[in-house]
Amino acid sequence: MNPVSLQLFDVLLLLSIVGLAWASLASPDDRRSVILFMALGLLLALAWGRLLAPDVALAEAAIGAGLSGALLLAALREQPRREAPGATEAVAKRGSSRLQAMTQWVVTLLCAGLAGILGWVLMHIFAGPPLDRLTQAVSANLGVSGVSNPVTAVLLNFRGYDTLLELAVLLTAVLGILALGPGRAGYQPAGPIFDALARSLAPLLILVSAYLLWVGAHAPGGAFQAGATLAAAGVVLRLAGRQRIGLPPEGALRLVMTAGVGLFLAVGLSLLLMGRPFLGYPPAWAGALILVIESAAMLSIAATLVLAFIGGRLPAHGIPAAEPATTRREAITTAAAPERGGEEESGC
Amino acid sequence: MIDVVSSLLIVAGVGFYLAGSIGLLRLPELYARLHALTKADNLGLGLLTAGLMLQSPDLLYALKLLLIWLAVLAASATSAHLIARHARRRETRP
Repeated sequence: MNPVSLQLFDVLLLLSIVGLAWASLASPDDRRSVILFMALGLLLALAWGRLLAPDVALAEAAIGAGLSGALLLAALREQPRREAPGATEAVAKRGSSRLQAMTQWVVTLLCAGLAGILGWVLMHIFAGPPLDRLTQAVSANLGVSGVSNPVTAVLLNFRGYDTLLELAVLLTAVLGILALGPGRAGYQPAGPIFDALARSLAPLLILVSAYLLWVGAHAPGGAFQAGATLAAAGVVLRLAGRQRIGLPPEGALRLVMTAGVGLFLAVGLSLLLMGRPFLGYPPAWAGALILVIESAAMLSIAATLVLAFIGGRLPAHGIPAAEPATTRREAITTAAAPERGGEEESGC
Repeated sequence: MIDVVSSLLIVAGVGFYLAGSIGLLRLPELYARLHALTKADNLGLGLLTAGLMLQSPDLLYALKLLLIWLAVLAASATSAHLIARHARRRETRP
């Protein structure tokens, strides 16, 4: 392709990214902000693709745009729509408006400073000699890593520690979510059309996540992208009003949540017992070990993200639907469903 | 020859996207905008996919592109339906 047209595309992409970020921050309507933020995530994924980092692009599209957007929208659903500032609010606001303006200025200045420092560092990186010693080290040792995708080799083998600790962070996060108590109320059973979509989309998403996990060994993909895609199946099922949204019962769910860290640690420790360094896989088994660890990690990541979308524990009998009923027919169906918070004390 | 056909398909697809976007911006009411957007964009993406399928190195690649198009078709048709139904319910609510 003509490099000039590609450069034009890059400039347009950058301008759209900055413009969308600004629009998302400046929008007075929270819902509109979230939608713009999701569009921003998609453009960022495109930018990562242009930077020849398809692994990051996949993760950004699945987690940054898709699931973060779903989480933000679910959080917005809990709070009432922001009213236009009334007279009483305006009076209350006057006192704090100076403080708010000052905070805003301080934050803006700090952000500008950070952007300046980042730009300065980036300039130095580009001006100096190319820093590809790490790249060379990775490509020189790719043969013993058990996989042929350098990103997976770094994440699961050379820098396995980092990924193990990332999974531990995720586990801590899900413990915090579970400590919030029962999750948010579920959704009304969907109409026939969305129900049909959910019915065919959920299996397709499961298949795609398995594919992403498998393909991660030699092409862009891996546990995080696969886990996010699997979680998307849970999100779709929850939006369609399914009760258990594909999650296993409590005991098995705990096992799934801890499987990622647990299996990773177990592999590392048993290698220690065999006289090898912690997480230093023998080259002959490396491929199989990475696949096993990644499968467990995918399940843990997906369970964590789905529980984050629910916003708490899954009640033993699934999620009762929310109560807002707009038509009489819906009012009758919700009356039959148990009220939120009443009988959800069981479980856990 | 294949390059020419695939370029023509992609340019035609972009044309449909353009028409759909203009419709989204210019049409007066929600249903008309939805109509313009979903129909034109689905066809635009279809043409784009067809153009890219001609460029794909093997059959599996082409089938993946086709799968993406089908998934987007289902998703966009459903979301258009959901948006339109939501708007319709709001209209009839007293």
